[in-house]
Amino acid sequence: MSHDFLQMHLKAVISCLLIFLYKVHTTKAGQFFSSGHTNNWAVLVCTSRFWFNYRHVANTLSVYRSVKRLGIPDSHIVLMLADDMACNYRNPKPATVFSHKNMELNVYGDDVEVDYRGYEVTVENFLRVLTGRLPPSTPRSKRLLSDDRSNILIYLTGHGGNGFLKFQDSEEISNMELADAFEQMWQKRRYNELLFIIDTCQGASMYERFYSPNLMALASSQVGEDSLSHQPDLAIGVHLMDKYTFYLLEFLEEVHPASQANMNDLFKVCPQSQCVSTPGHRTDLFQRDPGSVLITDFFGSVRKVEITKDTINLTSPVEPPIQRSGSGDIQIESLTYVDQLPVAEIIHQKPKQKDWHPPDGFILGLWTLILLVFFQTYGIKHLKHIF
Amino acid sequence: MWCIIESKSRDQFQEELVIRPLHSGDIYASFQFRTLWDTDFLQERQKVSHYRLFPKSLGQVLSKFSVRELHISFTQGFWRTMQWGQPFIPSPPGAELWVWFHDTVSDVDGNWKELTNVLSGIFCASLNFIDLTNTVQPSASFKPLGLGNATDHRFLRYATLPREIVCTENLTPWKKLLPCGSKAGLSVLLKSEKLFHSSFHSQAVHIRPVCQDEQCTSKAWELRQTLNVVFDLYTSGQGKKEWSLFKMFSRTLTEACPLATSSKVYVDITDNPELFELSPATPLLSQAVVLGDRRTYSVFDLTRAEMFGQLRSLNLLLRDMLRPLLHAERYVAGFGLQTGEIHTVIYNNHPYRAFPVLLMDSVPWYLQLYIHTLTVTSKSRDNKPSYIHYQPAKDRHRPHLLEMLIQLPPHSMTEVTVQFERALLKWTEYTPDPNHGFYVGSSVVSALVPSMVAMNTNFTQDQPLFSSFVPVKEESSYFVRVYTEPLLVNLPTPDFSMPYNVICLTCTVVAVGYGSFYNLLTRTFQVDEPSLPLAKRLANLIRRIRGVPLLA
Repeated sequence: MSHDFLQMHLKAVISCLLIFLYKVHTTKAGQFFSSGHTNNWAVLVCTSRFWFNYRHVANTLSVYRSVKRLGIPDSHIVLMLADDMACNYRNPKPATVFSHKNMELNVYGDDVEVDYRGYEVTVENFLRVLTGRLPPSTPRSKRLLSDDRSNILIYLTGHGGNGFLKFQDSEEISNMELADAFEQMWQKRRYNELLFIIDTCQGASMYERFYSPNLMALASSQVGEDSLSHQPDLAIGVHLMDKYTFYLLEFLEEVHPASQANMNDLFKVCPQSQCVSTPGHRTDLFQRDPGSVLITDFFGSVRKVEITKDTINLTSPVEPPIQRSGSGDIQIESLTYVDQLPVAEIIHQKPKQKDWHPPDGFILGLWTLILLVFFQTYGIKHLKHIF
Repeated sequence: MWCIIESKSRDQFQEELVIRPLHSGDIYASFQFRTLWDTDFLQERQKVSHYRLFPKSLGQVLSKFSVRELHISFTQGFWRTMQWGQPFIPSPPGAELWVWFHDTVSDVDGNWKELTNVLSGIFCASLNFIDLTNTVQPSASFKPLGLGNATDHRFLRYATLPREIVCTENLTPWKKLLPCGSKAGLSVLLKSEKLFHSSFHSQAVHIRPVCQDEQCTSKAWELRQTLNVVFDLYTSGQGKKEWSLFKMFSRTLTEACPLATSSKVYVDITDNPELFELSPATPLLSQAVVLGDRRTYSVFDLTRAEMFGQLRSLNLLLRDMLRPLLHAERYVAGFGLQTGEIHTVIYNNHPYRAFPVLLMDSVPWYLQLYIHTLTVTSKSRDNKPSYIHYQPAKDRHRPHLLEMLIQLPPHSMTEVTVQFERALLKWTEYTPDPNHGFYVGSSVVSALVPSMVAMNTNFTQDQPLFSSFVPVKEESSYFVRVYTEPLLVNLPTPDFSMPYNVICLTCTVVAVGYGSFYNLLTRTFQVDEPSLPLAKRLANLIRRIRGVPLLA
């Protein structure tokens, strides 16, 4: 009896020890391979039009700037700006969008590529980009070509309300539509993990309805609260940034590609004392612990680097064989340029050959009517005179 | 069989910058970057795969869509012909795209649609808004600028987007097409903060087949990237008429592009050279005939190393400008939101010569033109055009196209007027900001203007790029294209809050009116004893005890 007890006790101790060792092992290895993603994408959307919504464009461009700085290339960023502020005629400093007062930081930069601009930023285009259901002639730069190992950052800003976000003052997207779009993405395996950040009034209502796994969401204000703008600039005449994104930009400026800052730090950005509204977040659908998720998992870019010590032979460039026809034997006639304004030719131009179409229903009906009247008045016996 | 591989490269790159002071004190800078490549994109047997100087994205576009010629331009601002003269390469405000397809293409419209989508991705512009409702097929304008003999206009497509904005996001991919990018050569001067702070900015890409040499026995593909900018004297300077490269571009030149065979800066010094102070001075002068005028240029060759370190300041002065001989304006007349009238005014400033011009107008379908009201008057007399091509619009399918060949009498003003009626669009067709108005693209006036100076019809390789863009066929005239202003027209806009207001009002009326009536009919009334207040109840209790009559 006591022997069995001792054996059981020993087994318990050994299994506990093994479990403990295993846990230690997995946390160490787990931290190294925890993210599980191989590429990063970003979809940054500004949904507001008109000059007084300058701050929304500045918000989006500051996130764009941070994301590019931390390593995501332009080919992996889909930037949608609903209006042009930089080259707007009301901008006293063209080709610039500032985020700080006294024009300290130009977030527009010199190397920006906007994929969807102006009237192209619509709810339909946004949902098509997310779900990948675009017309076949859409160029690559306008597509979100993510796979099941992609981490995607989605940033939305604009004017919103309880359960909706307004696009360009003429249409809106509801939180249910957004949740369904993310579910479509999950079912088509278009993301590994997704971080959703929204900076609008009552932003937390937009992530209430999410139900797909691996989603983490942040919002600048709770339901019933307004997100406020930060500071106006007297030279430009409008508010430059929203409070939440301003402090988010300040936080991100300190992050560098090798930084170990994690999501818990991001949740602490802009507390109520600074932001007046209460930022919210949602992590229940996310599988990993937010404390183990690095900022650079979403804002930076993974690059797979393989170091090898073998030598590789590069082949010499192949020049295509130059084909020249027999030199000078054949008299090639010289080519000429076309006359730019051949007046005589234009005046005597024959009318363009139009493709022949079968006669319209109207013409056919008219002719039928004429024939009918003719035979009515003159009788059918005249038919034989015709044929 | 072993083919001998020639090591001579078959593509070459040239870059040049022309700086010309304008009469109003502004300064006009025109960059041209040209890549010439001896290859055949349209060859079936052997696909081109090795790209060196020619950008691969454009080469693939040419071969996939069988493009013979491609001209695309993005412009911010309007070129003021009367104050600034004629530009080297004209362009209308907004975006303009015209393409000649090869005659082997069977579905031109399909290729055109896909081409616009691909180009919108390459240049980060909303060119995907070009569709059949704003594409026209001119019948006489826009003849090919490259080599060729057959000109069947069924293979030409032309579209403009007058609303298109140009900003750094269009300049960035444009710069990336250059062989040296923005790292070396003249393209280091292209900084967006200065370029967009100007009165006029236009960047364009022109691809066409040209003669490879003087005998013109074989074709080569030419890619020209041009950037024209006019800097305003007052917004960017202290008001003194002194200019330097640093003041204009906030950069100086550091080296020539190593991939360029020629890299030159031309400064226009056509007036009295003693009044001029150009530093560093250069004895190298060249004369060129461009746009009917013989001008003298001071040439700085950047491939010579001793140029650098000194190319910083240029002092330039005013001069008298050759009055442009052809000028056009356009405006909308009328009042109200139902009808209007489009007036196009063309000026011929030549003192004694008359010449014909080809006017091309492309009006969107929602301005319904009444062609029976079309009048062309010169010197208050009717002027009948010798050629008219009119294609009426089809609602939501095709815009109006009107092309006319008009003979302009000397020293006169010709006015073309046509009345139109505004259509009411379906409520989903309005843009998110309909009160801004709707744009009508610029009219194009193409003409062969008689020249005071004999033009050079010989084609040589050494000719500067700015004078060799348009092929010159005869000595006595030069070809010019003038664009008018785009029009901004207000369409009758519905009140978009109307459905919401109607629903609220109707529901209120129904609730109040019908609801009350329904209640009146179906409610039953019962007499209700009112309950007495507490004091009176106590009093009643006492009265009952006393046996006295109760209170009401």
